[in-house]
Amino acid sequence: MTDTLSSREDTHELLRFATAGSVDDGKSTLIGRLLFDSKALFEDQWDAVEAVSAGRGDEYTDLALLTDGLRSEREQGITIDVAYRYFSTPERKFIIADTPGHIQYTRNMVTGASTADLALILVDARKGLVEQSRRHAFLCSLLRVPHMVLCVNKMDLVDYDEAVFKRIENEFSAFATKLDVPDLTVIPISALKGDNVVNRSENMPWFQGTSLLHHLERVHIASDRNLVDVRFPVQHVIRPHSGDHHDYRGYAGQVASGVMKPGDEVMVLPSGFTSRIASIETADGPLEEAFPPLSVTVRLEDELDVSRGDMLCRPGNQARVSQDIEAMVCWMDEARPLRLRGKYAVKHTTADVRAVVKDVQYQLDVNTLHRDESATELKLNEIGRVTLRTTKPLLCDDYRRNRATGGFIIIDEADNRTVGAGIIV
Amino acid sequence: MSDYRISHLAALEAEAIFIFREVAATCQRPVLLFSGGKDSIVMLHLAQKAFAPAPIPFPVMHVDTGQNFAEVIDYRDRRVAATGVQLIVASVQDAIDRGLVTEPPDGTRNRIQTPVLLEAAEKYQFDALFGGARRDEEKARAKERVFSFRDDFGQWDPKNQRPELWNLYNGRVHPGEQIRVFPLSNWTELDVWRYIGSEDIPLPEVYFAAEREVVDRGGMLYAVNEFIVPREGEEVFTEKIRYRTVGDANLTAGVRSNATTIDEIVAEVAATRITERGATRGDDKTSEAAMEDRKREGYF
Repeated sequence: MTDTLSSREDTHELLRFATAGSVDDGKSTLIGRLLFDSKALFEDQWDAVEAVSAGRGDEYTDLALLTDGLRSEREQGITIDVAYRYFSTPERKFIIADTPGHIQYTRNMVTGASTADLALILVDARKGLVEQSRRHAFLCSLLRVPHMVLCVNKMDLVDYDEAVFKRIENEFSAFATKLDVPDLTVIPISALKGDNVVNRSENMPWFQGTSLLHHLERVHIASDRNLVDVRFPVQHVIRPHSGDHHDYRGYAGQVASGVMKPGDEVMVLPSGFTSRIASIETADGPLEEAFPPLSVTVRLEDELDVSRGDMLCRPGNQARVSQDIEAMVCWMDEARPLRLRGKYAVKHTTADVRAVVKDVQYQLDVNTLHRDESATELKLNEIGRVTLRTTKPLLCDDYRRNRATGGFIIIDEADNRTVGAGIIV
Repeated sequence: MSDYRISHLAALEAEAIFIFREVAATCQRPVLLFSGGKDSIVMLHLAQKAFAPAPIPFPVMHVDTGQNFAEVIDYRDRRVAATGVQLIVASVQDAIDRGLVTEPPDGTRNRIQTPVLLEAAEKYQFDALFGGARRDEEKARAKERVFSFRDDFGQWDPKNQRPELWNLYNGRVHPGEQIRVFPLSNWTELDVWRYIGSEDIPLPEVYFAAEREVVDRGGMLYAVNEFIVPREGEEVFTEKIRYRTVGDANLTAGVRSNATTIDEIVAEVAATRITERGATRGDDKTSEAAMEDRKREGYF
């Protein structure tokens, strides 16, 4: 690797996590505590929140005011949109996608979960699992978030009772086995009092696990990436047209999955031509290997016609090339539902195509997982299985195997809004 | 690198480069907002890396309030010359002279930059404008998309933002509409400083601590210059200060500091307990929703 990367050794790994839940669950309090205890909260931010809280006559400083940044959110006392928060510890840098929990914000949760390494779900120890907790768990498993943490919050209000915790843990574990949850951790906490958030709680000696922050710092995420299937969607062709680089032609992109090395034989999709990697370049010099999420420029030994939207992979391990796409779709548009025979624009990796909805197979009730096979459309926040026919083939994989080549967005061609998210099955 | 791990700075760099390339490949006429401030300096550096060995395939634009630190304008011109990129200057003074905007009584030009920016975007038909804003700066920014849609009045509607999933950015616009693009969305102030250090990026002198003649206004230290003239009864004294952000010279306060190298700045930033805007920007203190309101009008 180049000197540039090794000279950054004082920096650390990045973990993105999504939190789901409502104000009632104490989610904002928990985030506020993580920020506060990790010193990511600044004094002027704290003073501003304290002043507003006092002005409203709140009994204690409302940490939700830290995350609810929009005027309408503060007025309504709810979180409407995904808010991103940042903090770091000596171990890691964290990006929190803080999403609202109500069913009318399913699209925001899906958005936050799409890039998350880990999902943090909160339940109130007094109430146990509610419909919302199951929905959150389902959405996170649908989006293939590799790690899930269930925080049983407000343990201080149930006298730190192990039996209460065990009951919720067992119930959730039983539910999670029906879903696709590769890694589940359950932690009893009190966000308000700080139990098991940063430090292990002395109030719950019966709990053998680690604190939440300790878990976030240590959970192993390096092998969550797909390092097996080489997929390099070509983003941009670099051709300097200058004296020194007259014949230079490089394919710029971010490695979606797999490990690429100079000398490797590659196939260009959809054309099927093969060549070898001549070099993998960056502004800091050539690389011996490239892997996700590096942005690099790949040069091939042969002059082939390769353009944006094409994909490099290995001849013996190719992406699927298909115009008939089976997908779970989460609909995100208030104005109009997804309709049978509707035509849309689709963005998938670096490719832009058009698609028509050939079939709506069923709409899924995200609370009960019941399938409604009579459905012919998907409304805002509804999820269903659909069949699409695209104008050009997608170069794709099952989302289960590859998040980068298995996801797509649906765009309304009239007003250019993003109206849906698709997961190839 | 046998375990295929990279540092968070390398991951942030890869993400930003991806974003630059995505815009260049999908938008018709992008432009990079470049003020000579540290965030836009990092942006220009990343843009160079994204397209190397080819030149940056879009121009840079400075919305010039005419109230800049002289060292920053010098730096801007040197950097632009070294990069070979085209510089467009949209002048606020010129817009005042033409009657497009009116100078507020207090002489602050932050808010009247917006019509000047929008006019220039229309004149040059820019459909994608890169800005160096970060989500950690301010809570309205925490909800900003990486690709932020603005209507044909340049307005931001926080309730009507495009959902942003995976790394599939939707940059489609109709003529007259724009996308504001923020490749540094996921960076923090500390990340920016660390990156400047690790990449050895030169900065204007104002970012480093030096003895400067200052006045104290409401607890903030303003260096005496062509725009900050001591008022009657105001005491002028010498302090060792540096700037954490660089906005207009009449609005930006310095912080007491001994940091004369990037490493020393990183150490100070890591220990600080006040946000950079809270510490140094008179323009952000107006109200709780000051930033949201300005963004709705088309501000960056």
